[in-house]
Amino acid sequence: MNLTLFLLALFDGIAYAALVFIVAVGLTLIFGVMRILNVAHGSLYAMGAYLTASLTTFIISAGLPPIFAFPTMLVSAVLIGALLGGPLEWLLLRRIYHKPEVLQLLVTFAIFMILEDVQRLIWGTQPIFQSAALQLMGTVRVFSVNYTVYQLILLPIVAVALLVGLRYFLRRTVAGKLILATTEDREAAQAIGIDADKVFLLTFIVGAGLAGLGGALASPTTSILPGIGADMIVLSFAVVATAGLGQIEGAALTALLIGLGRSFAVYVWPETQVLVPYVIMVAVLLVRPEGLFGSPSARKI
Amino acid sequence: MKKLLMATAACVAMPLAAFAQDKPDALKVGVTAFLTGPASVFGVPAKDAAEIMVEDINANGGIQGVPVELTFIDEGAGTETLTTEYRRLVENGADAMLASISSGNCKTIAPLAEDLQVLNIMWDCSTQKIFEEDSYKYVFRSQANATTEMLAAVAYLLKVKPDFKTIAVVNQDYAWGRDSWDIFRTALGALRPDVEVVGEFFPKFGSPDYSTEISRLQALQPDIILSTSWGGDLDTFVQQANQRGLTNVSTFVLPLAESSLERLGSSLPAGHIVGARGDHYWNHPERRDDEDFKAFMAKFEEKTGAKAIYPVFHMSQGLAALQAAYDKAAEAKGGEWPNEDEVIAAFEGLEFQGLGRPVTIREDHQGIEAQMMGTSVQAGDLPFATLENMMIFDGGELTTPVGEESVAWVGTLQPGWADGLTVDSYEN
Repeated sequence: MNLTLFLLALFDGIAYAALVFIVAVGLTLIFGVMRILNVAHGSLYAMGAYLTASLTTFIISAGLPPIFAFPTMLVSAVLIGALLGGPLEWLLLRRIYHKPEVLQLLVTFAIFMILEDVQRLIWGTQPIFQSAALQLMGTVRVFSVNYTVYQLILLPIVAVALLVGLRYFLRRTVAGKLILATTEDREAAQAIGIDADKVFLLTFIVGAGLAGLGGALASPTTSILPGIGADMIVLSFAVVATAGLGQIEGAALTALLIGLGRSFAVYVWPETQVLVPYVIMVAVLLVRPEGLFGSPSARKI
Repeated sequence: MKKLLMATAACVAMPLAAFAQDKPDALKVGVTAFLTGPASVFGVPAKDAAEIMVEDINANGGIQGVPVELTFIDEGAGTETLTTEYRRLVENGADAMLASISSGNCKTIAPLAEDLQVLNIMWDCSTQKIFEEDSYKYVFRSQANATTEMLAAVAYLLKVKPDFKTIAVVNQDYAWGRDSWDIFRTALGALRPDVEVVGEFFPKFGSPDYSTEISRLQALQPDIILSTSWGGDLDTFVQQANQRGLTNVSTFVLPLAESSLERLGSSLPAGHIVGARGDHYWNHPERRDDEDFKAFMAKFEEKTGAKAIYPVFHMSQGLAALQAAYDKAAEAKGGEWPNEDEVIAAFEGLEFQGLGRPVTIREDHQGIEAQMMGTSVQAGDLPFATLENMMIFDGGELTTPVGEESVAWVGTLQPGWADGLTVDSYEN
């Protein structure tokens, strides 16, 4: 592999890792605070993608400027977080926090299945593609290869901004500090007057919104069809488990490892590209069962 | 006295009733298709088509006067559920089954149909191995198989772009993606041994992102990029390739792209090779002016809001095969309702016509179906690519002879083979 191919593989890996991180970070945030492995995260991702594609198509058909495709992504993320995430936590999940983990998995899996059917009812089974946002940004030529500016530049910028923003939110804002305190010790937090129910609700809304944002950002790059949620949830679980459950910085590093591993596999040994994320996960967990950044005793987000 | 008269009438009617039972109230037909999951892009249009077609059959008096009654099973529920439902339907009296879309399911269903002794028409699955590895009494295929489809793509490529030197493949990483490439590559190796395979990519089934493969392909710049992918995978690959200019660098050969043309819109530019898995195209050059063809296309578009794609044609062939077999068997019996063995006997050498050219069933139960290929063009009034430079190949010349194994047979093809094929050409 010469230097040009090495750099091309690097760019491809970073672009892929950015999207994976954006989706996985919501999952790890929810687990870090609420100790729930939310299988429905995949459906929330898919709903974000579908909603963004529909709203963007509406904008285009209404003759509005295509630039509105970008705020549409944020609107979709907020709607998914508030209208789906909020009620799910409030009506369902808070009833099972003290139940066995297997029940939590089953309930979130049931939500996943129901939302998959809801997607089919609303959007049907035919693939949908809406790439106005991506087309608007055009392409850039690097070493005789065309990249979309959207994937090569925008997605990594959003991923880094998200990482920095989440760190700031959790460590510098009151709401974030309340979340951290509740994560460390729920009973002690409640004893000093923190409303843990509200913290959980806020966390789930933010996590669901991040899943929606991941779907929204992925929507211009891919065909949206039944099953995309399942695909992403498997990859997100691999990222979260490898990073250490609840580790945001770990999720960023793991997403980068998986993205680069997959990319270099395509360039060097394409047969292995499907295996790479899981080989990385197994290799890390064999050496560090708690994950790259995880701790066997107390976990922090 | 009244009781005596009624009893006498009943006794007189008994033989008539027994005779009438020979012709059932309904011909119960089970259809398996993906109604959920990624492959529902094929199953749902096929179901819609089957409902329209059976409505028409029944409006015209049914099959030999017997109305057809359809029951659908979702292949998307998984093989275990599929086989359970299949068995239940047969044990509840299904007269015939149309199964299935997935080649994996066909491999499971074929021996099951044999065990249950039920007529099974494989209406859409493509694996060539079914009749090459086993023989069946109750199982027939009303369409071509993967070998016929891949050889049509090879032949068309050699005819319209004979000077290519390099090729790369991007196929889904499962049985179809691997097997179809095996056939294509073996044929190409026999017919054009000078062509170099510069890249083989098998991204996972359902991959949402082909960016890395596209970067690699742009660096390799192959003359030809083959992809036998379908559904959302094919849509994503072509859309992303077009966004990044790869469709301007290489010629794409897409044997299943007829089913994606409408969804791809302007993303499939002119000059790329499109296959139709048979001679299946809503604008079929030989059939588009036929009244029945036009009427069906209008009904289908009205019901679904979309153009008919190849599973619709395959469904038409499955149902046409069933009707033709019953008609042939009844005719041989002087118009009486045939029993199951007589219907099965009628299948050998059976000719029937769905929405495309007539299809025949060979002695090994394999359907011989014409193959259409074309080149994309964005020149019509429609907001998506249509086909030009269409060629319809004779299916018999592209199908592995009875008793031979496909990959071995295509390896024996001689350079110049494509020049000797029977082909009808249409500009648009």
